[in-house]
Amino acid sequence: MTDAYIVGVDMIKFGRFPEKSVPQLGAEAALLALDDCGLTIQDMQALYCGNLGQASAMVGQRILQQIGQTGIPVVNCANACATGATAFREAWASVKAELYDLVLAVGVEQMGRGLLGGGAGRSGIPREGLLGSGTMPSVFAEAGMEHSRKHGTTFEQFAKVSVKNHHHATMNPKAMYQIETPLETVMNSEMISYPNTKLMCSVNVDGSAAAVIASERKARELGLMDRAVKVRASVLTSDPWQERDLVMPDVNTCTRTAAAAAYEMAGAGPDDIDLVELHDCFATAEILHYENLGLCADGEAGRLIDEGEVELGGRIPVNVSGGLLSKGHPLGATGIANIYEVSTHLRGEAGKRQVEGARLGMTHVIGLGSACGIHILERVA
Amino acid sequence: MSTKPLPAVAYLKIPDEGDPYLEGHRCDACGAIFLDARRVCAKCGARDRMHATRLSNTGTLYSWSIVYRSFPGVEVPYISAVVDLDDGATVKGNLINVEPDPANIAFDMPVEVTYGDALGRRDRDGNAYLSYFFQPRTG
Repeated sequence: MTDAYIVGVDMIKFGRFPEKSVPQLGAEAALLALDDCGLTIQDMQALYCGNLGQASAMVGQRILQQIGQTGIPVVNCANACATGATAFREAWASVKAELYDLVLAVGVEQMGRGLLGGGAGRSGIPREGLLGSGTMPSVFAEAGMEHSRKHGTTFEQFAKVSVKNHHHATMNPKAMYQIETPLETVMNSEMISYPNTKLMCSVNVDGSAAAVIASERKARELGLMDRAVKVRASVLTSDPWQERDLVMPDVNTCTRTAAAAAYEMAGAGPDDIDLVELHDCFATAEILHYENLGLCADGEAGRLIDEGEVELGGRIPVNVSGGLLSKGHPLGATGIANIYEVSTHLRGEAGKRQVEGARLGMTHVIGLGSACGIHILERVA
Repeated sequence: MSTKPLPAVAYLKIPDEGDPYLEGHRCDACGAIFLDARRVCAKCGARDRMHATRLSNTGTLYSWSIVYRSFPGVEVPYISAVVDLDDGATVKGNLINVEPDPANIAFDMPVEVTYGDALGRRDRDGNAYLSYFFQPRTG
């Protein structure tokens, strides 16, 4: 099998663009990624498109209607918040399998505002607030409290995650927000679902990101190896059966199995990783994933955030982009946007937030229901 | 319109005689418990080994959140609780008769299942519903 390389990758600045259509947003990122490697849509042999909100509406084809209808195969996929990572992985797999040697992956989403999850059940009356809560802030609050129960993690420690990620975002011009949020501000902002305050919930934004993936032969032939990023591991898992599944989605086990498989595929371990973009859909979630991804031993996540090991300049910087908490979380785009972030560091092009000397980076997303996507990327030049 | 309240969820059973209860489905092959009737066990894959079982009315608090922001018409704050019932099933619901303050909520606190009207909620035909809640166990 050939190795697969990211040769072009980019994202639009996340924001709110009600005047634009989903295909228009996707087209913007697709063109940016093509420009990043100096190629055109005519060079692409297939398109893998991730979008959740219009999963039945042929978004990939409608993107091609914006940027060039070349007749290539298009695969549209939806996998909750792992949608973008899944589209990227399908594109990667097609190159690994030597089906194609130059393909495009796009993730795009246009979001409403407000709470996600907790919709009406099939019975005659709404269940939200009657049988507990199914909103995303509550589901991830309960997942965080499970960590508190095991390891004594505090509200303040969860809140520090948000302080860190908002700080990182001040150095990312493509993040939705560039605003410092001190600890008191985070802890005193509106409580949504204890222990998640408003500033500890990811921001609903519109956004898109795209990547061009090439086989090794093609990347060399086109002279694109200088800025190429090697895909060392691509893993997708679903959630194995757990005893509390039916009322408490398990985001931990599928992340742990994915991480183990990714480290094995990459022939690397957590100590080799220079930066991580992980799925901080809520501040509580980030704490869980320090341990799930092996960045520290079980029970040490609170210490990791307390001692600054996960800040830019720390032992293992996490979410230097600002994360979903401050960069924003356009569901279908997130899994490619974090691949853009890690690639940018591996290329040494991340400006003020650059993780110096980054050689190996990891991306992680979780889609509830559940799907976990992990990629390990490596600097080539 | 039904003259009797309807169950808020399918796993809440209201017998003609006797008290309402929660019903699970246990796999005879591996012991896993599900809240929905099914043919195949998602844990072990066994087919046609499920039997309905009456779930315990007592358990302990596994995890929780206090919900301050919800959809229009939902009264807040309230406690969303994940409860491990004594027979191994895990069920989610509102924890009532506890002031919604983190200081009042403890992991593993003993709770019991209690049944009552579904907070006045009616369907479009005007039917009333019976739901279940958790409350601190007394005695």
